Amino acid sequence: MKKWLLKEGNGKLFASLMAILIGMVFGFIILLIAAAVAPKASYPLDGLYTIITGGLRYSGIKGFGTVLRYATPVILTGLSVGFAFKTGLFNIGAAGQYVMGGFAAAYIAVKWTFIPLEYLWIVGLLGSILVGGLWGLISGLLKALRNVNEVISSIMLNYIGMITVSTLVILIPDPFNPSRTKVPLSQIPTFGLDTLFGKNTVDVGIVIAILVAIMIYVILEKTTFGYELKACGFNRNAARYAGINDKRGIILSMTISGALSGLAGGLVYISSITKVFDQSLVLQKEGFDGISVALLGLSNPIGIIFSGFFIGMLRNAGTPLSRSGFNEEVVRIMTSTIIYASAFSLIFREKLTKFLTRKVGK
Amino acid sequence: MDTILFLLKNMIPFTIPLTVVALGGMFCERSGVVNIALEGIMIISASASIFFINAMQSTLSGQSLLILAMLVAALTGIAFSLLHAYASITAKANQVISGTALNLFAVSFHVFVARMVYSVEGVRFLNDQFRIDKVPILGDIPFFGEVFFTRAYITTFIGLAILIIASFVLFKTRFGLRLRACGEHPQAADSVGINVYKIRYIGVMISGALAGLGGLMLVIPSYTEFTGDVAGYGFLALAVLIFGQWNPKKIFLAAIFFGLMKTLSNSTGLSAIAALNINPYFFRIMPYLATLAVLTFTSKKSAAPRAAGEPYDQGKR
Repeated sequence: MKKWLLKEGNGKLFASLMAILIGMVFGFIILLIAAAVAPKASYPLDGLYTIITGGLRYSGIKGFGTVLRYATPVILTGLSVGFAFKTGLFNIGAAGQYVMGGFAAAYIAVKWTFIPLEYLWIVGLLGSILVGGLWGLISGLLKALRNVNEVISSIMLNYIGMITVSTLVILIPDPFNPSRTKVPLSQIPTFGLDTLFGKNTVDVGIVIAILVAIMIYVILEKTTFGYELKACGFNRNAARYAGINDKRGIILSMTISGALSGLAGGLVYISSITKVFDQSLVLQKEGFDGISVALLGLSNPIGIIFSGFFIGMLRNAGTPLSRSGFNEEVVRIMTSTIIYASAFSLIFREKLTKFLTRKVGK
Repeated sequence: MDTILFLLKNMIPFTIPLTVVALGGMFCERSGVVNIALEGIMIISASASIFFINAMQSTLSGQSLLILAMLVAALTGIAFSLLHAYASITAKANQVISGTALNLFAVSFHVFVARMVYSVEGVRFLNDQFRIDKVPILGDIPFFGEVFFTRAYITTFIGLAILIIASFVLFKTRFGLRLRACGEHPQAADSVGINVYKIRYIGVMISGALAGLGGLMLVIPSYTEFTGDVAGYGFLALAVLIFGQWNPKKIFLAAIFFGLMKTLSNSTGLSAIAALNINPYFFRIMPYLATLAVLTFTSKKSAAPRAAGEPYDQGKR
């Protein structure tokens, strides 16, 4: 057990599980307090059970379809944040890249009718990758060429993206409600997944998300390019000394990261659930969920698939929580606690290692 | 003239909170800690103080209630910011992750509590009671008096006072000097006996108090109910801080500029503004674009505190 924990990867996994546990415990405390104060919320244990089962205790296989639906975009934004992490960059701009990509996909799926409808969604997704990538590229260029902190630039770009999209809604208005965008004419096909998991939930998007995760895994772990990017992340100066073009690495990493978030938007806004844009000026939560997914998945693409499912399960538990007298926000309180706890993972692992080596030494 | 009066009058409710929150961010970053949780602090403090107003407005009213609510906001902000201080100073955790977590927590916490108590997200309050229709004598001054002393809120004057105190503290006191030293070169500060951890804790707590106050100052004049949303003003304040180059006077100018942009984007109904024929989109993205531009052209010789964002480790001298 001790030796197992001392291996670096396992220690990280343990820290990640601890963060989840802390989040769960904190969430439960909130439920207990709420139950003690509010008369209608009298079943805190029942609420906890709903959260742990991801709401599936009520909805079964159909509910699992909803979990997949929620997991699809956050796996991709998680990959986006995680990929940038691997290169030593913090992409907090997933929210902006996500709406820009999503809007590009929606625009193409409404306007480019010269392409046959059965292929149009593919072009839409390519558009979302391209536009999301461009949005990430801006941060990458600013960081590589002008040494602008990518956190600040991507926060600014989040807002610029959000405002831009809410303004561009008028380009593809819904004929019945011009403050919204029109439902895309071409949608991501379901290939029977919708009959398997109940109507209006799953489409091929989840398959695409998992395939992309595997692709990113291969790029990071099996190619020279991925090795170079990770080297930049470990130590930029050392990487440069070893002859790696670190500026190119930063630019490409942010572009790929942006493209992944863009695709996340594409997979939502031309999906079979027909979500549309409106003019409200609110940052989309999927972008920030990507941060929790990446942290819990330890920035490992395969880990991110699982943590994406986990966050999807949590979100799915939100609505049925009202049956126990609570509301879905407790789930988000838990997620943010998990993020906060995982900020400590480094120090936590150090402590763990110190503690264990001392004992093993004896 | 009427247009200018209108613009000035409408800028104040945006400019003052932006200034106060950005000043909070300034104390934090000048001490060496990056605080992207300003938005979250604004939300949690506004939430606590609006709940307070909501509960107390039957017994108290007017300015005394507002002053107590400001106290609640500042104290809540300090308490909440301690979470960020502990993570980034004591635990040496990633400051961006901690800040993001606090931002997400604040919104959810408000909505959770509000829905548990009132079944809806919005917490209502009577905002008329805080407005001073006309300050005697001062309100009679032409133009100037009309801008500042009619339909005024005390938050405006408190905000301006904070601006003056902040620049005095930062540049004219021993504490200010120490704070700046910790943000520029903590090792050097430590070597002359300054407790870097303590100064940084104070820096973060000041940012908590000011961001908390700013949150309430934003909500009081412009909202009638609080839904857990401060419309990105915490991040905008971060932009003000950068655009103002971590300097109180420039921060105020930046906040005036951003406040003007905000007002212009809301005022396209005005004939003089409509005559300019500029899409409000331009005014909306201007603050963010301008900040990016400033970063692009100053980053090589940035005025940012050099050690901001780096945890201080005594062992690494």
